[in-house]
Amino acid sequence: MTEQIAVPNSAHPRLPRGVRLTYNEAQGGWLLLAPERVFKADTISHEVLKRCTGEATVEQIVDDLAKTFNAPRERIHADVVKLLGGLAEKKLLELA
Amino acid sequence: MNAPTTIPAPLGLLAELTHRCPLGCPYCSNPLALDQRVDELDTATWARVFREAAGLGVLQVHLSGGEPAARRDLADIVKAAREAGLYSNLITSAVGLTPRTLATLADAGLDHVQISIQDSEEQSADHIAGYPGASQRKRALAAEVVKLDLPLTVNMVVHRANIARVGAMVELALALGASRVEIAHVQYYGWALENRAALMPSREQVEQAVAEVERLREAHRGRIVIDAVVPDYYARYPKPCVGGWGRRSLNVTPAGRVLPCHAAEVIPGLEFWNVREHSLGEIWRASPAFMAFRGNDWMQEPCRSCALKEKDFGGCRCQAFLLTGDAAAADPVCHLSPHHHVVEQLAAVRENQPYRYRHS
Repeated sequence: MTEQIAVPNSAHPRLPRGVRLTYNEAQGGWLLLAPERVFKADTISHEVLKRCTGEATVEQIVDDLAKTFNAPRERIHADVVKLLGGLAEKKLLELA
Repeated sequence: MNAPTTIPAPLGLLAELTHRCPLGCPYCSNPLALDQRVDELDTATWARVFREAAGLGVLQVHLSGGEPAARRDLADIVKAAREAGLYSNLITSAVGLTPRTLATLADAGLDHVQISIQDSEEQSADHIAGYPGASQRKRALAAEVVKLDLPLTVNMVVHRANIARVGAMVELALALGASRVEIAHVQYYGWALENRAALMPSREQVEQAVAEVERLREAHRGRIVIDAVVPDYYARYPKPCVGGWGRRSLNVTPAGRVLPCHAAEVIPGLEFWNVREHSLGEIWRASPAFMAFRGNDWMQEPCRSCALKEKDFGGCRCQAFLLTGDAAAADPVCHLSPHHHVVEQLAAVRENQPYRYRHS
């Protein structure tokens, strides 16, 4: 079992050039377009990804989501780290 | 239920902008009869095709060839793809593409660049490409791609002459700054079929290479994404070719014929429609070639009663035709095919004959 890529609270996640979040009716919603790949973004992933602009830190994104959705912060933090770590491993996200 | 009640929305469009290419790779996937320059679609027609593709649900366009940079209007074509809302991939040999043109393509909205590299050893790479100095040019252009902050994929086609160096090839991709590398074992269609005996690796070589790629994928996790196209002559089950006929993708040839896959013209009797006469939507929904193998009504045994028929769709129709003479047969790569012995016999034919290079 290999460890997941670390997602520090202070990182500023952003989509690198060549990775685009887009909406497409015919394909059923929000999608992440990347080199030779397409990922469906569900509602939660979309809410996280649209905040990954390189401006906000992971901590700020988690705070914002917890406030917006009135949800437990710890749970949101775990979900965000899992999503962002997985995307970083696939080179779909930068953790500058 | 057999016939599809609804026709799915395609995801990808392979736009073969031209068949012209400075290289002569002996595994080229272009057909033996190449489309001529005078017959190539113009810029405005490509722009219309992209808009129609986006309307159908296509997300990504792969600008391919031949060498797409052989087209002088490439920047306008990239711009048209962007305006249509498509994600654009440039699939290039890097030979004949200047840093200056590349920068205009980046400005026009290009999303991703894929450069083919023939081998980690330069002399061998140039021999495979049939073009002295190609390797140097490719490495130089890869650096320009990275400098422009465009994501870079390195595509490496693997066969007997370079299979022992898959590890070095992945290292080279890393050194060039690629975020993704494709290790693509040769698929035997078109020019590759002509050169099969010269390209075919042994089963031992293939098994070693596959194990090496698995090891490298783990070792470089998070640094580079490794995608592999498996060597199907040594497989037990066939590949789900193009994600199923007429389900996910379409291919437009330089002269405008629309194919379910780039090799489909080898199958006799298929009627292909042209974007000069029909909209892409009409072609996707109703052209005889796309209808020919949609759903599974066309299947024979062992596919018809197979539990995997919705997973691999019976494999590749072109390969079925090329190796059994019947495009509706099971892909003989499948060990359940009554013709599977043909594949085993062909894989055993390995001869050190000179490559037959394509000439455009």
